[in-house]
Amino acid sequence: MEITQILFWFLSVLAVFGALMMVTSKNPVYSVLWLIVVFFAISGHYILLNAQFLAIVNIIVYAGAIMVLFLFVIMLMNLNAETEPQKNKWLKIAGVVAGCSLMLVFVAALRQSDELLKAPVSMGGETGLIKTLGKTLFTDYVLPFEISSVLFLSAMVGAVVIGKKGD
Amino acid sequence: MWSLSNIAANIDQWLNANMSPTWALIVEMVIAGVAVIGLFAALGLVLVIMERKVSAWIQIRLGPNRVGPKGMLQSLADTLKLLVKEGMTPGGADKLLFNVAPFVAMIVAMLLLAPIAFAKDFQLWDLNIGVLYISAVSSISVISILMAGWASNNKYSLLGAMRSGAQIVSYELSAGLAVLAIVVLTGSLRISDIIQAQENGWWLFKGHIPVIIAFIIFIIAVTAETNRAPFDLAEAESELTAGFHTEYSGMKFALFFLAEYVNVFIVCAIGATLFLGGWMPFHIGNWHAFNGVMDWIPSSVWFFGKTFFLIFVIMWFRWTFPRLRIDQLLNLEWKYLLPISMFNLLLVTLIAIMGWHF
Repeated sequence: MEITQILFWFLSVLAVFGALMMVTSKNPVYSVLWLIVVFFAISGHYILLNAQFLAIVNIIVYAGAIMVLFLFVIMLMNLNAETEPQKNKWLKIAGVVAGCSLMLVFVAALRQSDELLKAPVSMGGETGLIKTLGKTLFTDYVLPFEISSVLFLSAMVGAVVIGKKGD
Repeated sequence: MWSLSNIAANIDQWLNANMSPTWALIVEMVIAGVAVIGLFAALGLVLVIMERKVSAWIQIRLGPNRVGPKGMLQSLADTLKLLVKEGMTPGGADKLLFNVAPFVAMIVAMLLLAPIAFAKDFQLWDLNIGVLYISAVSSISVISILMAGWASNNKYSLLGAMRSGAQIVSYELSAGLAVLAIVVLTGSLRISDIIQAQENGWWLFKGHIPVIIAFIIFIIAVTAETNRAPFDLAEAESELTAGFHTEYSGMKFALFFLAEYVNVFIVCAIGATLFLGGWMPFHIGNWHAFNGVMDWIPSSVWFFGKTFFLIFVIMWFRWTFPRLRIDQLLNLEWKYLLPISMFNLLLVTLIAIMGWHF
């Protein structure tokens, strides 16, 4: 086995194991910490795909900012295994159905993988570098990029409006 | 001749001559690891005695003066004391997270050493997004503090960790924007490119007032990010006994302490690299005679000189300014520093596009 393959399998096992532990942990704080492990494993996959920028941004945004806010809220509300509310039977069944539907979509998407594997798209060694990414974003995808920035702006304005409501 | 990069190159040659490439690489990794751990220990010892001496000097006292010449071995004695002390784990604590947290703090600090250029051509990992890597990894350090604070199962610890989380997440923004100013001027995220761009003058002098503003904001933001006074609300002694590490003792406490000092060193090294040219000697435009004299001083001396100057500045802050309140701290960031640094980034972009910098 090559070193990239070993790394791929190691990261995959880590990601799946982390995700399972995240779902099954009784304590919400442990769940969040396992989710951080999953994000690190996925960042490792991005690096294997030569998308270093995406890997680093994944760590900054998810592991560094969003998960810290999650931890923050969970710790401040002092949620733990004892105070976790027990959901009723119907919610559990609904969750299982929703999860299975998502699984179905993934399996459907993976069905084509054999055909796609025969014709891999090669864009040279510079694919994931920040220069290529910036050029693509600001030429081919400039409209979606700008629209998504408007979305972020509206989210920020919404947060300010909600925060101001009390005064 | 005796520069760090020559020593590294000689070791590399000797290893490759005597072993297969794979083993040479593995031995080099081990050497790098040992060197990093050695640097950690040395930094811990030096910075603790430096802080105590600087504080004594500012407060017109003598400071530690019993162990060794002028008390210089004091921190060695303290380390010995911490090593033989019992490492307690409180009964109500979450055992796993409580014991893991100090190591997470140390690992983060070690990862941050990878892209730092200590001397000319002497860098562990010159990756093409070095600056982003630093901001990504440093944002992980807050997780170790939150883990420690929550796992201690103590109100003071939890409050300290909460404050520290709020503080680090908000001050990261203006630190990032200040760093971006230099990235915009250089046009690269690679640390070696940023240093190379400062060959004819450091950015602090080349980039006019906007870069000076960015530098000041960077210093304020990293002081807050490393939880140091006047922003040390996470461990404010008068309110929270010791904040997130109240329950820690012995070597586990020492690891947090060490990680704090190494983080101070790292942020100062990054500040020196981005704004003061890293290992680049002080050059003025076309004054060849002057530049030649400056080139005589080894690059590692330049790097450590600049870094320790910035560390001294941060220590100076600690012993001069009174501690802020938590609302003042957050107001300072969100109402003043963040708008200023956003506007400043626009100015820097204008300078970079028009080519107004020297």
